[in-house]
Amino acid sequence: MLKDITLGQFFPGNSIVHRLDPRTKLALTLFYIVALFMCKSYFAFALMAVVLVAIIVASQLNARVILKGLKPVAIIIIVTAILNIFLTPGEPIFEWWIISISVEGIIMAVLMAVRLILLVTGTFMVSYTTSPLALTDAIESLLSPLKKLHFPVHELAMMMSIALRFIPTLIEETDKIMSAQKARGADFETGNILRRAKAMLPILVPLFISAFSRADELADAMESRCYHGGIGRTRMNTLHAEARDYVALLGGVVIIGAVVALNILL
Amino acid sequence: MNPIIKTEKISHVYSVDTPFERVAIKDVDFEAERGEYIGVIGHTGSGKSTFIQHLNGLLVPSSGRVLYDGNDIRASKAATRDVRFKVGLVFQYPEYQLFEETVFKDIAFGPRNMGLSETEIDARVREAAGFVGLPDAKLEVSPFDLSGGEKRRAAIAGVIAMRPEVLILDEPTAGLDPHGRDEILGNIDAYRRSTNATILVVTHSMDEIAKSADRLFVFSGGEIVISGTPRAVFLRGDELRQMGLAVPKVTEIAHRLRDAGVAVSADIYTIEQLATELASMRAAIRGGGTNA
Repeated sequence: MLKDITLGQFFPGNSIVHRLDPRTKLALTLFYIVALFMCKSYFAFALMAVVLVAIIVASQLNARVILKGLKPVAIIIIVTAILNIFLTPGEPIFEWWIISISVEGIIMAVLMAVRLILLVTGTFMVSYTTSPLALTDAIESLLSPLKKLHFPVHELAMMMSIALRFIPTLIEETDKIMSAQKARGADFETGNILRRAKAMLPILVPLFISAFSRADELADAMESRCYHGGIGRTRMNTLHAEARDYVALLGGVVIIGAVVALNILL
Repeated sequence: MNPIIKTEKISHVYSVDTPFERVAIKDVDFEAERGEYIGVIGHTGSGKSTFIQHLNGLLVPSSGRVLYDGNDIRASKAATRDVRFKVGLVFQYPEYQLFEETVFKDIAFGPRNMGLSETEIDARVREAAGFVGLPDAKLEVSPFDLSGGEKRRAAIAGVIAMRPEVLILDEPTAGLDPHGRDEILGNIDAYRRSTNATILVVTHSMDEIAKSADRLFVFSGGEIVISGTPRAVFLRGDELRQMGLAVPKVTEIAHRLRDAGVAVSADIYTIEQLATELASMRAAIRGGGTNA
């Protein structure tokens, strides 16, 4: 059950999307988000959808996996759509008591839902096709100008890598502790909220204790290998932007341009 | 009489319908009698941990049934819950499940979930602590102030306090020193002797299990590939080695002696057996002057 979480999961592969420099992918995501929020005409939305489908096809990922990723945000999308239907002012086509639905509201709701779906799927594509380590490397590299301002970029990236690295470990650990407490008759499924919250205690206490001792051990292990932060640290795999990265970035700029053009022309 | 616990062709598949789908156990038939001491051995990933979690209903088989005393443990919700208490499962490194303020409260967690009265809980906690050799003084301290071996024993007491009729332990001696190991094995024996409970121990240590088990089940690739008495199982040492498992050290020594031309029997699996045979051989040489 806990293992079914796909949010932020990486699916290894060797497609062109996988091989792009992670920095390029982050920059393109930013472009994509900007373009998406500039969209005004239907054609612009259609263009963004086509671009996304092209990326999905190029990534060779299973479409089912991508749909599954939308599940956790489905509620947000639905609620947003409903609020838009009722709260957008305009020509009413249906009125009852204080509720009124307008054509503008329906259009707004559909566009909002499309925008959210594109946004979520588009950003998820990065985490589906990029290993968490490559992502933190990219973040460190992109934020490195901030080092001039004494912002601890390396430390931040290291903390992120460690946190990401330990998510599966902690999930596995939680599963194990839950099973052990269930074997002693613990019941997590019945009772009211207060009872259930109390039932979490036998899981949380052991989980925190082991997380803290793990952190201690990891810190010792890092120090005993002379880790002392980012100063003077070199890396085994340095990031290299290649021709395809520049082409992809250019493509991103062209798409923003196309969205602007579609907004103005249509 | 019914076997106390029995499985009929249980299989378990993890992550069905995903790229990560994996068959963990396949068509496992198993049964244990009351009071039996059973050893489950197998390589890491052979499915033994998945298997034992079916016996108390923590995992639901993808196909097949688990019977407790002749009844399907999934017949009703009450039956499933009941079997949790009748089949006590001690996980690997059980000390990581300790959470209460005092050792007493932690051991009492199981009995309290059973809905027993305070006096009954008190009696059971003290009895369980007795089985694992934890003195009364230790019951009032925090479990996190105990030593490693004591923590392990407190955690085992937490399961014993439910007075399970089947006690399953997943590698109960992993990571302990020889002294701690002997203590835990002694505790398990004490519980079995006084309650006639069925014991099922999952282990890597052939030496440990050879001494105490009545029957062994060998898992490989999610299936039971060999089962029988330790004598019968260890006779098939070559097959065990092919699966990446070992025979007890003393069996290894006996086999090497045979290869070197000393006529000890092939089915030796305890130090006592080998010692007796060697002693009688020596007596024969001294007495009769004939060469063995």
